[in-house]
Amino acid sequence: MQSEENTQSKRVEKPLLSLKGITKAFPGTLANDDVGFDIGHGEIHALLGENGAGKSTLVKIIYGVLKADAGEVLWDGEAMTVAGPAAARQRGIGMVFQHFSLFEAMTVQENIGLAVTDEKDRKVLRQRIIDVSTGYGLPLDPDRHVHTMSVGERQRIEIVRCLLANPKLLILDEPTSVLTPQEVARLFETLNKLSSEGCAILYISHKLHEVQELCEHATILRGGRVVGECNPKVETPRSMAELMIGDKLTPPERNKPDLTDAPTRLEVSNLSLASDNPFGVDLDKVSFAVKGGEILGVAGIAGSGQVELMAALAGETIIADFDDCVRIDGQGVASHGPGKRRRLGAVFVPEERNGHGAVPGMSLADNAFLTAFRRMNLVKNGLIQSDPTEAFATDIIQSFDVRTTGHAAEAGSLSGGNLQKFIVGREVRQEPGVMAINQPTWGVDAGAAAAIHQQLIDLSARGAAVLVISQDLDEIFAVCDHICVMAEGHLSDVRPIGDVTVEEIGILMGGLHDQTVTPEIQQAEA
Amino acid sequence: MNGIEWIVPVVLTVITASTPLVFAAIGELVTEKSGVLNLGVEGMMLVGAVSAFAVASSTGSGSLGIIAGAAAGALMAAIFGWLTLTLLANQVATGLALTIFGVGFSALIGSAFVGFAIEPLPKLNLPGLSEIPIVGPLLFGQDFLVYLSFASVFAVGWFLKNSHGGMVLRAVGESHDSAHAIGYNVIGIRYLATMFGGAMSGLGGAYLSLVYTPMWAENMTSGRGWIALALVVFATWRPGRLILGAYMFGGITILQLNAQGLGLDVPSQLMSMLPYLATIVVLVLISRDQTKIRLNAPACLSQPFRPAH
Repeated sequence: MQSEENTQSKRVEKPLLSLKGITKAFPGTLANDDVGFDIGHGEIHALLGENGAGKSTLVKIIYGVLKADAGEVLWDGEAMTVAGPAAARQRGIGMVFQHFSLFEAMTVQENIGLAVTDEKDRKVLRQRIIDVSTGYGLPLDPDRHVHTMSVGERQRIEIVRCLLANPKLLILDEPTSVLTPQEVARLFETLNKLSSEGCAILYISHKLHEVQELCEHATILRGGRVVGECNPKVETPRSMAELMIGDKLTPPERNKPDLTDAPTRLEVSNLSLASDNPFGVDLDKVSFAVKGGEILGVAGIAGSGQVELMAALAGETIIADFDDCVRIDGQGVASHGPGKRRRLGAVFVPEERNGHGAVPGMSLADNAFLTAFRRMNLVKNGLIQSDPTEAFATDIIQSFDVRTTGHAAEAGSLSGGNLQKFIVGREVRQEPGVMAINQPTWGVDAGAAAAIHQQLIDLSARGAAVLVISQDLDEIFAVCDHICVMAEGHLSDVRPIGDVTVEEIGILMGGLHDQTVTPEIQQAEA
Repeated sequence: MNGIEWIVPVVLTVITASTPLVFAAIGELVTEKSGVLNLGVEGMMLVGAVSAFAVASSTGSGSLGIIAGAAAGALMAAIFGWLTLTLLANQVATGLALTIFGVGFSALIGSAFVGFAIEPLPKLNLPGLSEIPIVGPLLFGQDFLVYLSFASVFAVGWFLKNSHGGMVLRAVGESHDSAHAIGYNVIGIRYLATMFGGAMSGLGGAYLSLVYTPMWAENMTSGRGWIALALVVFATWRPGRLILGAYMFGGITILQLNAQGLGLDVPSQLMSMLPYLATIVVLVLISRDQTKIRLNAPACLSQPFRPAH
């Protein structure tokens, strides 16, 4: 609020976009309640709020995907009704969705072409994709099919798709979750350039230090209402997080564990694996070990082999002849499927929540049963024990603060952060000896992320070996004891977290994608 | 030369047996590519057949008959679209109902036309070209609909692969939520695709009652609509394979009929099973390539779309 005067100067008399009294109700919830704020020409404006605060609903209203029940949207001072996203794009509004609106069976070029309405632009589309994507440091091969691409690469398509339309207002929903620090810096250069050219940016993110670095004005939503505005430059990430959750934020706490006598619980040695996907990444002699009580972080940008590594760890990919290249508590399991590994006390949380980590159309109780039935003894004589199963699910919901209507709620009805808390809770409650988790807090808000981080730390303190695969370096630095970097299927040496800087790791992660640093990295590795 | 002259009538019958399948299957392919599973092909073919025959025999014009057949099929598909796309009824159940409705409705209309005969559609006759031995009658001596069936397969293939409209159609079938989020009218596009499928099924029916057997008989499609449905899957939603499949099906059907005619010592029931068995075998072989199926099968097939407001 102290920033009103600051931003007033930049906002000439007429804002580009002005929201007044936007209200939108869904059955059972009021997603937006009398929301109003202005965005000036060329302003970079942050929209902050926890999951379920109504941010996504609000931007969908601006982009014309949803219709508001009440309130008005002024565009350059004139009342605007947006018939749909096509009309919004016509006006110069571009949007990068959090849950990508991509078509898996189609190529990059086709996906981008679908959003291009002008026949003339389509003819030169291929070259423009290459120009824009390389120009903004988001390299894309126009002919690749989306289903072969990682989450991070898919996000590039979304961003490039918007940039091609030369928007006046660009809405970005969680755009940096899967980028390296270098890529984020480059994206911010892009956004600052766009802003200086007069394009306003509405930026939704949970990474508050990024908001602080990039944005000059922030609107904070909680429970569908505007609860504050601030200038991020003069706030701290912590003060903004506390405004968002309306409560004190407890950052994860951990004591440095003494690992000298700890047993090795998860060991991977010389794991080489050719991907069965023509666009996948082959793993090349990956070796590491995680001791009980240790948290090892695997950094790396999307599509460096993390998905393949996770599949090999979880038993979704089986290596028939070399049982010993994956060992759980000393026992070789590489030729066995997930069932045997889970019986040995290992649990796994994949990257994709909906459809991989949980079945969206099934209840939370059923989802809890699916991975926990062995260790929690939820089957008797071949029958599901419904009372213990429901009690188990209810216990997870309560202990892990999952905001939902109860164990009968469909998994797909939960917001990303809440579903992730449920999935992590389901695995942690089984008191595993080994846990491997891929992207634990992707698209999860600050409060939920802190809770998940605390769970991982507590689990390792109880003697479990935890492997965290993440593209979010802050996360790795916050929870892990050791760190290694995955790039193009290779894994770097494991180093103690105190001995490395974010910059060093960032260069290792992005090295292969940044032509200027590549030779040095290769020399360093050789 | 005389030795292989016998091949001409065989190939001619294969063409007539295959053409209705080509029409119905290419229409259903477009419908399914948009994410709609219309199991009412058999019903739409029958209503198309009876409408085409009724109009052709009362006006004496084959062309009007063809148009009537296509229009009747499209109308049936529009009913299906209204039920499944607007009212969100289950597509599988509605499609089955459409077939049952089509069987009964066509029999009702057709009862007045049983026993009528009409002139079959004229064959192309290019002086000189059509008289070339073997090649002449095969390439230049067909009726208009045979050429149209080939043209429509190529047109659909080109449309899906190279045009923006085709890309939008595939996008709607691939992920209706994403297509909606980008701003495409999912329901409208699906209506168009469904009605195109209906019109093509109607044409397939019209071919049966105007050319194949120029008369009306109750239930004269005898399962061809179901075969067309299978062909779409068999072809993994690719027009090129679809026409291959249709002709393989038609070819085996005719060959086994001829074989039965020659009095081979094989039970006729076994012979009649051949086209189906062959299709199943080929289908199984093709399904082994998961990547291809993943790329071509519309991911939203038969899923209802409910836009958020």
